[in-house]
Amino acid sequence: MAYADVDTGSHHAPQTFITKYIWSQDHKVIAVQYASTAILVGLVGLALSNLMRLQIGFPGAFAFINAERYYQFVTMHGMIMVIYLLTALFLGGFGNYLIPLMVGARDMVFPYMNMLSFWVYLLSVVVLMASFFVPGGPTGAGWTLYPPAAILPGSPGFEWGIILMLVSLLIFIVATTMGGLNYVTTVLQARCEGMTLLRMPLAVWGIFVATILALLAFPALFVSGVMMLLDKTLHTSFFMPAVVSLGQVTNYKGGSPLLFQHLFWFFGHPEVYIVALPAFGIVSDLISVHARKAIFGYRTMVWAIVVIGGLSFVVWAHHMFVSGMNPWFGFFFATSTLIIAVPTAIKVYNWVLTLWRGDIHLTVPMLFTLAFLLTFLSGGLTGLFLGNVSVDIPLSGTYFVVAHFHMVMGVAPLLVVFGGIYHWFPKVTGRMLDDRLGQFHFWVTFIGTYLIYFPMHYLGVLGMPRRYYNYEHYQFIPASAHTLNAFITVVALTVGAAQLVYVYNLVWSTFRGRQADANPWRAASLEWATPNTPPVHGNWGSRLPVVYRWAYAYSVPGAPQDFIAQDAPPEAGGQEPEPYARPREAPA
Amino acid sequence: MNAATGVMPRATGRAAASRALDTGLWVFIAVASTLFGLFLTAYVMRMDSADWSTIALPPQLWLSSGLLLAGSVLLQRASAAARAARWPVAQTLLLVGGACAMAFIGVQLWAWQSLLAARVMLASNPAASFFYVLTALHGLHVLGGLIAWAATMPMVSQPSDDPAGVAQRVALCARYWHFLLAVWAVLFAVLGWLTPDVVRFICGKG
Amino acid sequence: MAIALALLVIVVGSVLFHLVTPWWTTPLASNWKQMDDTLAITLAVTGFFFVVINLFVVYTVWRYRHRAGQRAAYEPESKRLERWLIGITTVGIVGLLAPGLAVYADYVRPPNNALLLEVVGQQWQWRFRLAGASGKLGGSDARFVSAANPLGLDPADPAGQDNIVVLGNEVHLPLGRPVKVLARSHDVLHDFFVPPFRARMNIVPGQVSSFWFTPTQPGRYESLCAQLCGVGHPNMRGFVVVEDDAAFQAWMKQQPTFATTQAAPSAAAPAAPDALPAQGRALAQSKGCVACHTVDGSPGVGPTWKGLFGKTETMVDGSTALVDDAYLKAFIRDPQARAVKGFAPIMPKIDVTDDELAALAAYIQSNGSASIDKAQR
Repeated sequence: MAYADVDTGSHHAPQTFITKYIWSQDHKVIAVQYASTAILVGLVGLALSNLMRLQIGFPGAFAFINAERYYQFVTMHGMIMVIYLLTALFLGGFGNYLIPLMVGARDMVFPYMNMLSFWVYLLSVVVLMASFFVPGGPTGAGWTLYPPAAILPGSPGFEWGIILMLVSLLIFIVATTMGGLNYVTTVLQARCEGMTLLRMPLAVWGIFVATILALLAFPALFVSGVMMLLDKTLHTSFFMPAVVSLGQVTNYKGGSPLLFQHLFWFFGHPEVYIVALPAFGIVSDLISVHARKAIFGYRTMVWAIVVIGGLSFVVWAHHMFVSGMNPWFGFFFATSTLIIAVPTAIKVYNWVLTLWRGDIHLTVPMLFTLAFLLTFLSGGLTGLFLGNVSVDIPLSGTYFVVAHFHMVMGVAPLLVVFGGIYHWFPKVTGRMLDDRLGQFHFWVTFIGTYLIYFPMHYLGVLGMPRRYYNYEHYQFIPASAHTLNAFITVVALTVGAAQLVYVYNLVWSTFRGRQADANPWRAASLEWATPNTPPVHGNWGSRLPVVYRWAYAYSVPGAPQDFIAQDAPPEAGGQEPEPYARPREAPA
Repeated sequence: MNAATGVMPRATGRAAASRALDTGLWVFIAVASTLFGLFLTAYVMRMDSADWSTIALPPQLWLSSGLLLAGSVLLQRASAAARAARWPVAQTLLLVGGACAMAFIGVQLWAWQSLLAARVMLASNPAASFFYVLTALHGLHVLGGLIAWAATMPMVSQPSDDPAGVAQRVALCARYWHFLLAVWAVLFAVLGWLTPDVVRFICGKG
Repeated sequence: MAIALALLVIVVGSVLFHLVTPWWTTPLASNWKQMDDTLAITLAVTGFFFVVINLFVVYTVWRYRHRAGQRAAYEPESKRLERWLIGITTVGIVGLLAPGLAVYADYVRPPNNALLLEVVGQQWQWRFRLAGASGKLGGSDARFVSAANPLGLDPADPAGQDNIVVLGNEVHLPLGRPVKVLARSHDVLHDFFVPPFRARMNIVPGQVSSFWFTPTQPGRYESLCAQLCGVGHPNMRGFVVVEDDAAFQAWMKQQPTFATTQAAPSAAAPAAPDALPAQGRALAQSKGCVACHTVDGSPGVGPTWKGLFGKTETMVDGSTALVDDAYLKAFIRDPQARAVKGFAPIMPKIDVTDDELAALAAYIQSNGSASIDKAQR
């Protein structure tokens, strides 16, 4: 296995097209592979959501969207977006690209396993997509895959689709574990000289803590997936009580559907922070760079990320308030859920306080950042409704939940993805993304997604349940609600089309974009200090960088420029508020 | 201490690689521990059901436990020998230690076969289901360890320009073997002696 | 400055939207006003933070936009400010959590004198059970489930004999009396949700879950299934009628007890021909056919019965069949024998007697024949 090496240069650079771009062990190539695959699979998820909305907005108008297909679209859309797009993109895409560059390493510490992790991820995507082509089609049990329904007749895909879904998830978890070992170990062991943990940019902190969460939470999905697979294929009864399914007596007995839910959500809640924490970290860096101001309260921000990560393991049953679990659990989980709101709120305050008295450049990344603040605030606040157990009782299972999680997981982190890609695109390719297309993409996406999800909360308060194929002939649902659904569908189709403009921008600018210089945003963090842009294999040339300060030396009084790079000589000043106090022990 | 950066210089080169492998294995051990821990949690929760009936552990498990213990002892001594650069001794100990792990898997399969012969199948009852699943999962992790062992064997048998690195690889194999032994000890105790009564006693009659 | 303006418009627009929206909670029909009150408190607190923080951002973006020659201030932290902010936030959080938990404490403790209502969810229909004169509900288990005993009640349990069994999807409740719902299922997860009552709970096969409420407004309320239970999930609809006690007692008297449903069901002579379609209609309700088959032509999980009789149906394998009396009866008896093209082959096998079969076929025929001549062939 190759490893980082200061003086003798990196391991052999790859020579052939295949080793440079296909079977590559270079973290930057692997990152682009992950990101491209995730974006492509995300476009499939986007198309599925548009199909769903066609049925909700114009019920019955499209004969090929029958109830069975509708539920298949719902399920595949959800699973693709949460796991195969967002998790893969934040950890495999942003994590792979940024971590070694931001901590001053040549590559990840286990490059061969890193390469394997991408190909295993790709395999999991292929297996998932294969479920569209098996008899019965993909599973339609909802992304939460609750038993007993998921493996019984009555749910679409109960014969083969659910098996492929579970197998795909198990494969994905292997990929994530291989990647996660890399990200965690690289952050802990491969930082360059001077790069203490508390000098790392928050993007690294967010991805680092998210990876720890992933490593400890995905096993719960693995356990539940294996057990459900056995219940389906070999007729064990882990989750299956005595069931009389559509008139047929089955052989199952004694199992507990709630056991699945506990395991699933023990994974599922940390999962949303696996998506959110990298977004938090990245957005902190975007704000600092584009407002030319140090992130406010860096240490508190690190503390908040770590505390949110830890607490995320003790809130899971707020997804189960009306599940039929022991009702006394509701008290504990409502309390822990509302406690987690405190460090999250601190982060919001600190982002806003970073902008205060800043020098705000309204670049495309900054626009996405400001949109993130609004949408994350909105989505996070509605979480307080759902976390407060008695308020949740009538809202659970309605469109209020759908609006909440789309706003806080779909819209806000996705805006950060877009902002982050606009921000780091010049690093990855040496070219700028087209600014006018970027502005267009931003405005349509931001305004559009707000128009989609803000009113949707109100349909949930009304009591409109989620996961319904149609809503006709209900007295309590006024005609205006159907009109709203049609409106939301039209906006959703528009926002969906705008994403194609974004993909066009990505592809076109990769080959024809305006040439960028090495540090177009004049950022202080280390990834911008590579000798080549885009960085070559080994990142740093013959000598690794040495770092003398934190990543947020912006607008330091008395400095000649409004930023001081992390690797600028120590005399340039700009040290962090509390410079590293205690020397570390010398390594053995 | 470097006055300019305020920190000690980082480990470099091979020392860095060896620290990375060390950390990487600890992280993997944490992940696998979580996996087994969650399965055991599911086991306890499922045990609470009315249809639970305990199965008797096949006696072969005592033999397999002994083999796993022997494997750990041998790997530990192989690690010490490699650190002292006594390579022929290290090679033999490593070989026999790996053989013990392979024998462990064989005896586990023998235990399965004896259960199947007694008509205790995977879907017969939940205790049986968990027995097969837990032993299978542990066995798969042993197989994974054998893959790493197979990659380490040639390094020990041939002369190397990085003896410290090779010794570390052997030490990591030993550490993983000890981890598998510890997991097995917990599984064995739980499968053998954790009954619904014990669970109810611990959790209270709730 | 477009962004600052846009953010301002969004904040103001959101507040205005809230003030004029036609979509808010359904009128409350139960005792759970506290839930609505806690919702209002949460809205007030979160709304306040939403407006204040966003307006602050709007101002900041406008005030501190980049202008040549200006530089940002350098203030990387302020422990004092952070402590204040943590403190204020914690107060806000406690202000939300306290009332929420107080309401929940009431929710988990049903009153002692509550009327027991058993709701049985099944793919894809509702059935109900109420205690009879004895005031107790008999035992039940999946192994007792059969066509004649769809609730799976234990026939050997004396406490169950006088239980009122409601096989259709409409149940009545007396006004003003607390109801404790005991929810069961023999197949998959369901959730008995009536929005005006606010209270609800998932139904989990293998256990009994419960919740309670007191109906406070007379009326006929729509019930929904609120936990995805397969393709028929949106069709799993029912009604709860809240009425005064006298009307409720009268309704109860009209319902069969478990004992009467177990008495020989087809001892009576076959009904007169023109009563058959009406019987069939009742059976279609009670056997759950209406969960998947409509009679008004609208698409459902299964083929609509409007105009079905006399039609030539195409199967998945390309073959065709005439939908006549024999076809219908054979299909109902063995739904898995063939699959109709365009529909998922998930029709459950429901045991029916020959008389019931005749009634169902008559009802389907009464929903419009494609052609009388064809049907008589």
